Formats: sequence, structure tokens, C-alpha cells
Amino acid sequence: MPQPFSQEQVARHKQANIMLSRVAGSLYWMSRYLERAENVARLVDVNLQILLDFGQVSDETLKEHWLPILRSTDDEDLFFQLYENADSESVTEFLTFRPENPNSLFSCISSARENARQVRDQISSEMWEVLNEAYHFIKSADATRVWHDGASAFYDQIKRYSHLFQGITVSTFSRSEGFEFIQFGKYLERADKTTRLLDMKYHILLPKVTDVGGAVDAAQWHAVLRSASAVEAYRRFYVADILFAKVIEFLIFQDSFPRSLVFCLQQMDHFAHLIADVPEDEYRSPGERRFGKFLNNLHFTTVQDIIQQGLHEFLMEVQDEIGAFGSHLYNTFMFAPPVDLQAEIRFHQQQEQQQQAC
Amino acid sequence: MLFDNYQPEDFFDEMFTADGSVRPHYRGVADALNPVDPGEFRNKQAAVEAAFMRGGVTFTVYSDAQGTERIFPFDCVPRVISAEEWDVVERGLIQRLTALNLFLHDIYHEQKILKDRVIPPQYLLTAKHFRREFMHFEVPKDVYVHICGSDLIRDRDGRYLVLEDNLRCPSGASYMLENRAALKRTFPELFQASGVRPVSHYPAELLKAMQHCAPKNFDGRDAPQCVLLTPGVFNSAYFEHAFLARQMGIPIVEGRDLVVRDFKVFMRTTAGLVKVDVIYRRIDDDFLDPSVFRPDSLLGVPGLVNAYRAGNVSLANSIGTGVADDKVVYYFVPRMIRYYLGEEPILPNVDTYLASEPEDCAFILDNLDKLVVKSANEAGGYGMLMGPWASRQEIADFRVQIEANPRNFIAQHPISLSRHPTWVDDRFEGRHIDLRPYILCGEKIVVTPGGLTRVALRKGSLVVNSSQGGGSKDTWVLRHGVR
Repeated sequence: MPQPFSQEQVARHKQANIMLSRVAGSLYWMSRYLERAENVARLVDVNLQILLDFGQVSDETLKEHWLPILRSTDDEDLFFQLYENADSESVTEFLTFRPENPNSLFSCISSARENARQVRDQISSEMWEVLNEAYHFIKSADATRVWHDGASAFYDQIKRYSHLFQGITVSTFSRSEGFEFIQFGKYLERADKTTRLLDMKYHILLPKVTDVGGAVDAAQWHAVLRSASAVEAYRRFYVADILFAKVIEFLIFQDSFPRSLVFCLQQMDHFAHLIADVPEDEYRSPGERRFGKFLNNLHFTTVQDIIQQGLHEFLMEVQDEIGAFGSHLYNTFMFAPPVDLQAEIRFHQQQEQQQQAC
Repeated sequence: MLFDNYQPEDFFDEMFTADGSVRPHYRGVADALNPVDPGEFRNKQAAVEAAFMRGGVTFTVYSDAQGTERIFPFDCVPRVISAEEWDVVERGLIQRLTALNLFLHDIYHEQKILKDRVIPPQYLLTAKHFRREFMHFEVPKDVYVHICGSDLIRDRDGRYLVLEDNLRCPSGASYMLENRAALKRTFPELFQASGVRPVSHYPAELLKAMQHCAPKNFDGRDAPQCVLLTPGVFNSAYFEHAFLARQMGIPIVEGRDLVVRDFKVFMRTTAGLVKVDVIYRRIDDDFLDPSVFRPDSLLGVPGLVNAYRAGNVSLANSIGTGVADDKVVYYFVPRMIRYYLGEEPILPNVDTYLASEPEDCAFILDNLDKLVVKSANEAGGYGMLMGPWASRQEIADFRVQIEANPRNFIAQHPISLSRHPTWVDDRFEGRHIDLRPYILCGEKIVVTPGGLTRVALRKGSLVVNSSQGGGSKDTWVLRHGVR
């Protein structure tokens, strides 16, 4: 009898560790959401601190300061549905506490924990407890108090939860398929966030052309580096001034720095090979080949090429590639299409009737 | 001293005799706790609660849109059962589950117990959870109930009585294990030389019971593939499902993770479909398979029953066990024990009246303000009338319901449940308790020494359910020869 639904294949080999597709998906999203939370925390924290350097600022300056941040995460429209003015308090609240914003810290941590809850039997108790603690921490905090008690301490704590979680994962979680999904999710999210950080600068409108290379410009690039926790590492490489080409080069190509684009892409490639169970230098499916080609091209690209092409255009292309590869892996290994329940019910009822007729 | 002002009052107190002296098997606990400063006890109690919150040992309050999570309140004074007392309880529980499994086999086959008029047939045939479709179906190794939780209470004389049997998906075993772990962390000194029997082997025993009932072939693998089927993360008992699956090292699956092909159950993994042999299901019969039972169920797996009938997958518990925890059928369990085993019941039932017997019914209706009335198929403390504490309106409502459908009701005299010292408002007060032991049936019947002691935290309340202000305690069974 023809079956009314797509046929999934019975596993070819007997696995040592069986992993449900749903579980793989939850581990992946758990990891991505926590990484996203860490990035948002750093972004807000750094930008609040920069404002302190500016001294008294007008409403207009504040708006110019915060808008690019909202644009870089594609959240501008949602923001203006909820608020009239983009100032420090409204943007901070939006990016930190608003449940309506799926990318707010609160939403990210809740989602990370909710995904962890679905796979509590799979992760170590220590991993779960950190996420659970982070959730209760942010749930019991409120904007006004954070604002008054010093925002930096609050965001530091969020970053610390993320780092703690990563450390605990490395030291308590088996190096099995689950680990590969967690790492793949983390590096994908981080690669994406690094491109958005760099792109943020594109959205900042400098008042005058002469400001390029000036004090404001340098301060802004400094902020970008800090948002990626990269200032100290950058200084170790380029000691002196913060120059925009050097910053770009560092954040894109420095393959020893764990938040640079190339580092993250290489890690994605590495873990994707482990997940697909394919040797490191082979690319078999169309999705893998496309990503391999892209990665290879990147190795032969210089920072001058990028500036010539336009940083923004380059970053858009990178985001597309990351998105495509992420979807490819997700659809291949993590997404189990929902069964058509009604078709299934009819099918099994018919089978039973045939059985009885025999 | 911490217990100095404690009043046992006019109840059976687990820890103190009527004249106020400590019972022998509680001496260790009394000696260890008495010198503790009240402030320190308060701190430790708070520390346990914080640890449960951090660990997510919580249940979700359904009625709350905020998704508030609460811990199941835990009381730090353990409930202690002496070795001699436990021997009797254990034998009684094994006897009872043996008879219940024989009963289930009988009524799904020859129905001798009905033909011999030991149980009037109409009671069985009208039981809500009797699954006619499974007549003459062979369950693996003739075990119907693999996991059983029978609720025990003690009356004013300290006699153990069976209040009800839970033969479908009894819950709470995870709290038994978490409570023990929590008390060990908080009061390690209590355990020194206490002679408490461990409970930590429960998950291993549960897995053994599952493997025992596996279908004959499992495709050349060394061990059958067992899974735990949960309704999902929004179920209030999800914590327990995840906990037990993790302890047993088996996957926890939802209905959408499973698919049935060629009368076999598969789970959808990253490498493709993998066959499943045994399912510990935490979903009621009605929701198990929408192609057979409730078609609106989104929790189940279409085709699961076909695979089960074909003998390609085993379920723990089997389908149709709910017929034996119908509260009307409960009434007949002592008769089953005599009929199948030729023995006297070791653990008696609570005296029960059946509303469907005309004489009993007249008595019930005349005494609604003195009796506890229960619906035959409700659990969790719902569908119940506590006569002496009920309003006139509630009594009138129940009268109408009973007259309309007498088959659905039983009544019992309120039992003055035993009490136990419990930490309330910074001191010890007596609170009513019960006991849910966990009985597993695999190759043989194993009773975990202890179980879940539930305590009604509200003063004077007899309702111990977590949904209605109940808490719990660690439950100790002592080794023989421990003083």
C-alpha cells in the first residue's frame, strides 16, 4: 500500500549513542540562544559605557548612538512599535527585558533554558543548573533596579553565566554527537554576531567627512572591538593605534582569536564534518560544497579586497552563507518534519482493518 | 531543645507515643535534631528550598499565565519506619500486586472471578477503564502492572490501611530520590549510624522491569531499546520524566518523535529511524494512540496499538490496567486476594460503602455530612466530598450526582490520619501524612524500601496532594537490628 507521507530511512548503522533529531535541535538552539545572550549583554554594556565618555549629550546624539545598534540586529521596526524615542533607557530595556523582543536578553535566556529543559535528560545537571540560575537571575531583576545599581555588574553576571556554561560543557559533557551540535550552534551564532558588530559601524552616520579617522571614529572602532571582547587581543597584535583597516582585518581574519569570523567559520566547518561523519577534507552534499567553496575563497581574500568591495556588501554575503549552511545542517540532521497526523490515523486504521479481514 | 513544646494531641503520632516519649525507632532522629538551634534549622530548611529551585525540582502552576514554578515543599524531619513494621507492609504490598496482576489477567481472559460471582459482573463491565478491545490479548510474561503506587495511611491505632491503588502512571518516585539526596546534603549528621536502607537503586530496578517485559527479538542488539514516553515539557510531572530517563540512561521521547511502520515503533534520530522495544509511557490509555482511542490526542502515536498488538513493542504499564484502580473495584481487592491466593489480606482496605448497592446508598445519602465521598475515577484529590468540612451546597450537589449515577461513587468514614512533627512557622507542629510506596514487577516483585511520604501542611487538613497544599518528607526504612 502506498504510504501517504515521505519515507524516512531506517538508520543504516547501529549507533553507540542514539540521538533524537528533536534533541539535536534543542541542543543547537540552547547553545545559540545563550551565545546570543552573551553578545547582546556585551553590546549593551559597552554602549552604555561609551556614553559616559561623551558627557552631556543631546537627545539627537543619543538617538544617533542607539539606532545603528537596533539596525544591526534588524530590530528597528519592532522597537518603534513599542517605544517613541530611542534613548539609553528605552533601548536598554528593549534589548534586555522586553519579552516581546525575541532577541532581548530575557527572551534569549528563557529560550536557552526552555530548550535545555526539553533535553534535561541529555545534558549534565551542572549545565542545567547554570541556565536555570541565569533564568531566575534575569526573571527576578527589573530594569529600574539594574539601572540604579549599576548596569555593568548586571551584564557582567550574564556574561559570566555564559562563560560558566561553556566551561562546564567542556568539562562535564561527553564528546558525542550532542557536543558537536552544541559547538556548531555556538560558533554559527558567534560568526553571525561578529558580522553584525562590524556592520554596526556602517550604520553610524558620521557628521562630517573629516571625522573619518578622527577621535570619534577611533572611539567607535574601539567600541566595536570591546563589544567582541577583542581589545586586549588586538593590542597584543597591533600594539599602537586603533585603525579601521586593522580592526576589520583582526575581527575577520585573525584565526587565533576565538571570536574572529574566520575562527568561527573554521569551527563550524570542523563540527559540521563531525556531525555528518565525513572526513575533514571532503565535501559531499551540495550544502557542504557551497560552504567549503566559500571558506576557501575567504582564505584568498585580503582586507583590501573587502574594503574595495564594500564592507557592508561583504558582510551581507557572509551572513547569507552562514544562514544557508545553518539551514542545510538543520534540515539534514535536526528537523524532523511533523507527521501528518490525520493521514497517519487513516493509514493505521486501514492497516488494522486489513489485518482483521485476513 | 527543638522538640520541647511539641504536642502529639489526640492523634496517632509517628514519632511520639501518647505519653510524649519518643518511639524507639525515632531516637536517632530525635537525638540528632534536638540540639539544633531553631535559627540553624530555619537556615537549613531555606537552603534545601533554594537548592530545589536551582535544580529545577519544580512543578508548573497551570492556572498561572506567568508560568510560575513552585517547588514541592519539603520538610526536613524524616519519616521513619522500623524494620519490623516495614516487613509487614512489604509483604502486604507484594501480596496485593500479585493478586491485582492475576485479576487483570483473569478479567481479560476467562473472567472466572465474575463467573464465580466473587465480583458482580456489572461492576467490571461498567468500569470506565475496562478495555474490551484487549480481551484475550497476551501481555508479555503476563505482567499487566509493572509500576504500582498504592497509597497507604495509618489510622488512630497506627494500623496501615490501603487508601487506593494507582495502576496507571503513578508519579512521585523522583521526589522520593530527590528528597533523600536533599536531606543527605542538609543534615549529613542524621545519617551517621542511622541504618537507613538506600532507595537509589529504584531507577535500575525500573529499567530491569522494563527489560524483563521486552518482546522476544530485538533485532540482534544486546539489550532492548527502552524509552520513556512523556506528554512533553508542559506536563506538570515533566521534571520527573526527565529525571527518571536520565537516571536510567534511556531516551525521553514525545509522541512526535515516534512513528509506526510495518507494525513496529521507530524513533526519529539524527541517523534515521531506530526501532523501539519497550515504552515506559507516562501517558494515559486514552491519549496513547489517536487512531484507536481519542482521535483528538496530539500526544500519542498513531499505530502504536497495532504495533503493541503485533507483539513488536511492550508497554509499561499495559493497556487496560486502569480498570483495577477504579475505586469501586478497589472495594473488591480483599476478595481478589482470598480468591486468587487463598490468603487473608495483610494490608486491609479502608471500610468502604458502594453507592450502587441500595443498602449502602441509603446509608451514604443519610450520612453525607459525616462521610468522605469519592468519584470512582478521579485522582489528585479532585471529585471528592469531605462531608464533615463541606458546605450545605456542596453536600446538596453531591447528593444529586450520587442519585444520578450511583456506580460512580464510593464513601468512607473519614480516617484520622497519623500525624508527624513538621516544621511550620519556626516550630514543630503535628501534620497529617500518608505514604506512597513504589512497587515494581519484573522477574519478581520489588518494593523500594520507603517511598514518598506526603504531608498536609495546612493545619488540620487531611488532603496531602501537591496540587492542594501538600508537601513531602524523606522516608526512612531502618535495617533490622538498628536501635
